[in-house]
Amino acid sequence: MEKRKVYMVSGGVTKFTKSSPDMDFRLRVKKAFDYAMNDANIGINDIDGSVISYFSDHFQRQLMAGAMVQDYLGLVPKPSKRIEGGGATGGLGFQSGYEEIASGRLNSVAVCGFETMSHVNTWKGNEFIALASDTNFDYPLGGFYTGYYAMMAVRHMHEFGTTVEQLAQVSVKNHGNAMHNPYSQSPMKITVEDVRNSPMVSYPLTRLDVCTMSDGAAVAVLASEDKAFEMTDHPVLIKGIGTGTDAMRLSDRPFGSVPLLPNEKESDYKNLKYPGVHSFRAGRMAAKEAYEMAGITDPINELDVVELHDAYTSSEVQTYEDLGLCKYGEGGSFVEEGKANLHGKVAVNPSGGLLAAGHPVGATGIMQAVFMFWQLQHTIKKHFHDDYLQIPNAKRGLIHSHAGTGTYVAATIMEAVK
Amino acid sequence: MTLNPNAKLPENEEGTTVFNTDPLIIKYHYEMDYIHSYAQDSSFFTALGQKKLLGSKCKKCGYVYATPRSHCMMCGAETEWHELPLKGKVHTFTTCYFSGEEFLNETPFNLVMVEFDGVNSLFMSRLIGAETEDMYIGMPVKAKFRRNLKMSITDVYFVPDVKEEGKK
Repeated sequence: MEKRKVYMVSGGVTKFTKSSPDMDFRLRVKKAFDYAMNDANIGINDIDGSVISYFSDHFQRQLMAGAMVQDYLGLVPKPSKRIEGGGATGGLGFQSGYEEIASGRLNSVAVCGFETMSHVNTWKGNEFIALASDTNFDYPLGGFYTGYYAMMAVRHMHEFGTTVEQLAQVSVKNHGNAMHNPYSQSPMKITVEDVRNSPMVSYPLTRLDVCTMSDGAAVAVLASEDKAFEMTDHPVLIKGIGTGTDAMRLSDRPFGSVPLLPNEKESDYKNLKYPGVHSFRAGRMAAKEAYEMAGITDPINELDVVELHDAYTSSEVQTYEDLGLCKYGEGGSFVEEGKANLHGKVAVNPSGGLLAAGHPVGATGIMQAVFMFWQLQHTIKKHFHDDYLQIPNAKRGLIHSHAGTGTYVAATIMEAVK
Repeated sequence: MTLNPNAKLPENEEGTTVFNTDPLIIKYHYEMDYIHSYAQDSSFFTALGQKKLLGSKCKKCGYVYATPRSHCMMCGAETEWHELPLKGKVHTFTTCYFSGEEFLNETPFNLVMVEFDGVNSLFMSRLIGAETEDMYIGMPVKAKFRRNLKMSITDVYFVPDVKEEGKK
């Protein structure tokens, strides 16, 4: 069967917060869902089914919470399923929604993501998140994901000369962008010195190099071509999807060669043992597949905006390289030279990203899709009541959702239709 | 007939911890014990009691892992146990000042990834006996083992190998 074109037609996001106990997960999703319904002037009768994504059964302490969302939204008895894949839960859920439409099974689908992390304190949350590392070999060593990322950052610095100040610049940029995003959890005007002077979490990453726990929900409505243009005059095309994986344990990552993008050659990486623990091979593979499907051969010049999974400042720098926005080893100077700034070479995380907009895990990848949708629709002003973050002439964007220490990564290319 | 319209639940003095009333937020306790099997990786853990580190070697392609893997990630073939050297080098490191709740009382602690000669992949462990500023990539380290096992990956840990350090 021929793959059908898939469009995003509407989206909604709740304001991300450290804790909002006034709403449970069902009501939170309902708020984002109703925003999406109202924005496209559609209703539940226009939705053929759903994909519901949330990460942790431990945070939720409610199995089949996806079924409860389906019920609360009034979408029963239509098709629905739950998708889970660690930090990439939202991105994988979005791609699963894509597949429902592309396959011809459904004509419209609501992809709904949420996480309520405030049910436990931060220490317990760290423990729950670390249960997404090998519980026999990695978890008992400290139960702490920031520790794993810190070791990757140290190796990236050794391999490529990346500096802690370059990492800090990611934090300055993303917290600064979030000042103009009313949905963001941690807008902040800060300096490199503020980042370096904040408490050390796991050397070399400080409190401001690391995202925080969030409560939030996000909804994206996807549709087939016919249905999309019935629903809105301004749908956004999903041009390509890619998903990569890697060994769960960092220890098991090989030391091989780089899977090259069209803009790279073997001689670029003569002495680089890849991915080791300095790079995310899953991110590279996700980008490679998505670029091939979207016909992108020169990512830095063919993408106008990127929303990527900056759970840590270091992982944003590593991800520039995986996505081929620069060569491996150039991530630090990429941010230092302002290329990822709002009006740089390609705007990276204009929303503030996970560091500043927030990271309610199951919602995060869908939040990226919604912000990207608004960028490509040129409706940032309408939704943010401020057009500061609108990238002028934004035509094509990439969203990137990442799990584990780069264990699952989902990359999706979205493109304005006109 | 046993119908009893006067049936009543017993009352007791066990209450609920309430953090807030609007919205109503209560404390909910949740705890469990697992009957956890290390299954095909069991020999790795029991070998720690004999001060041995067991990795795996692919019978077909010869790839050597510093971790137990009953089957090879490169070719899918079965592996055999492969005794690792007890001396290696720091491939990368960190010091954690925060952690998951279970390990908070152990902070700050060092995590390292160790590389061994003749082994294709790494081993993650704790490094004790060194501060952040003492650690570096390439630092010689050696494995030590608990005398009284906990049957956990933490039964092995690494310390600075000062003898190797002195040779440099």
